Amino acid sequence: MKIIGRVWKYGDDVNTDVIFPGKYTYTVTDPQEMAKIALEDLDADFAKKVHKGDIIVGGKNFGCGSSREQAASCLLYAGVGAIIAKSFARIFFRNCINFGLPALTSAEAVANLKHGEQIEIDMEKGKIKTESGVYQFPPLPKEIVGIFDAGGLIPYTQRKLGIEPKEQLNNEDN
Amino acid sequence: MGKTFSEKILGKKAGKPVAPGEIVEIEPDIAMSHDNTAAISSTFYKIGVDKVYDPDKHVVILDHCTPAANEKFAQNHKDIREFVAKQDIKNFYDINEGICHQVMPEKGYVWPGALIVGADSHTTSYGAFGAFSTGIGRSEMAVIMACGKIWLRVPETLKIVCDGEFQPGVTSKDLMLKIAGDIGADGGLYRAIEFCGSGIDRMTLASRFVMTNMAVEIGAKNGYMIPNDEVLDYVKSRINREFEMFESDPDAVFDEVLHYNLADIEPMVAKPHTVDNVASVSTVRGTKIDQVFFGSCTNTRVEDFEVVVSILKGKKVHPNVRMLVFPASREIFLEVLKRGWIADFVEAGAIIMNPGCGPCMGNHEGVPAKGEVTLSTSNRNFKGRMGNKDAEIYLCSPRTAAVSALTGRIEDFREVVDCRL
Ligand code: SF4
Repeated sequence: MKIIGRVWKYGDDVNTDVIFPGKYTYTVTDPQEMAKIALEDLDADFAKKVHKGDIIVGGKNFGCGSSREQAASCLLYAGVGAIIAKSFARIFFRNCINFGLPALTSAEAVANLKHGEQIEIDMEKGKIKTESGVYQFPPLPKEIVGIFDAGGLIPYTQRKLGIEPKEQLNNEDN
Repeated sequence: MGKTFSEKILGKKAGKPVAPGEIVEIEPDIAMSHDNTAAISSTFYKIGVDKVYDPDKHVVILDHCTPAANEKFAQNHKDIREFVAKQDIKNFYDINEGICHQVMPEKGYVWPGALIVGADSHTTSYGAFGAFSTGIGRSEMAVIMACGKIWLRVPETLKIVCDGEFQPGVTSKDLMLKIAGDIGADGGLYRAIEFCGSGIDRMTLASRFVMTNMAVEIGAKNGYMIPNDEVLDYVKSRINREFEMFESDPDAVFDEVLHYNLADIEPMVAKPHTVDNVASVSTVRGTKIDQVFFGSCTNTRVEDFEVVVSILKGKKVHPNVRMLVFPASREIFLEVLKRGWIADFVEAGAIIMNPGCGPCMGNHEGVPAKGEVTLSTSNRNFKGRMGNKDAEIYLCSPRTAAVSALTGRIEDFREVVDCRL
């Protein structure tokens, strides 16, 4: 799988409250509405201007704070193709995997990527191709790759339990 | 080679010896969720399973927006009530009980050696009781409802040894803020944190709770302490089951070891907008405040009320300050009521609210206005956390909050004549 998009670059410790504010966690459940809130308290322009496949780049501890998985899913619904960071907060990382949203670590890429540049991620080869060069990211642990390859935790669990997936409602929060 | 607490308990659950970095699939003993249970239930049904795998494993506690602030929150609660009734989840606590992390141990769902997951980041709290407990996402909780299992990575362990005694009035909240400032909001990332040393052994249950509660604020997967006598007495008075305790071996391998002497800790605050933006309270003295939030799962137990009432009794909250008081649970509320302290609070001009999360995550009951400053006893001060991205939150101990409520400015209690200890 290849992901091609523009970089939206932010700093360290981008937390779940600025990605998906707490006041919306029980009331905003429609994917389209969730997409409009994405990163609301960090960058009011983001949700208006993001294109499908765009890539968020953050520093260390990306996604720290709450367990709310809307912080991962709202980015997915907004069209984000992947997140690259120096490191991820653990629950956020789990939530990304569980939604099939690539969360990649490469301190080197983060240091060199520029806001707005177009990059290409090759998931199979573990490479990020950028204007300043090609960067490598580590593969997911083998136990977790299955979840990612199945398209997320729900389809993975269905497969494991031998359940035929129903039509995807694409709405985890109703 | 010895093993750490986390390696032992995860190994026991996985049925094989495990090492850090390994990923294991385990069945948790208890799985907690709160107002997010409606969303979890819809994901559960989406999987295509009709009946919850083991309803007795699940505990559902409504606390995040209680009573409902509007029709959407009301519908959310109604959906949860219907779900737990239909799925025969008996361990259900409606909006009258208090904050999930306090209600869990009170009702006997926490014990040493238990493996607990919760769809809430502060699930790390139960490590104060010798449990392995960690936060997970909503979909993961739905999968536990469907098949009872979850994957966990065996964490490396950061050991933080705390010896010595605090100076008068300094508390575990100040210590935790100091640690956050020293190692940063990602200082414990992916790791278990084991708090130990003579200072931890002596610590009261309420003080210990603050530290494991905030372990997640420095990125940790779980926090852990060896239960002391007070913890064991508390647990035994609330549960009716045998339990096996796990402790790190003397020759266990730790990823890193840090040492603190409690005597060196000063009263601290975390300044806006991150928990690791900490400073000695003496450096922010005089900062004007509009609201004091004496609330959250971190610091509103009887012990905290005792400190705050000792400062407020017979005095008045500054006229420019709204002081909001949220006991962590109904049980705590009742206790402080019986002790007569509620009258002291009301006479001082504080506002007594119902047990629950209140404005902690910005849903209702005290959201600040643009430009306002809240001094908070909670655990998190991210931008927008309390519902307004243009407001500021300082985190501190209950004592600092109480003294500051009287003057309308952040105070160093060591410098306030009537509050000197
Ligand atoms: S009091 Fe605050 S931190 Fe604690 S569970 Fe409630 S919202 Fe979360």
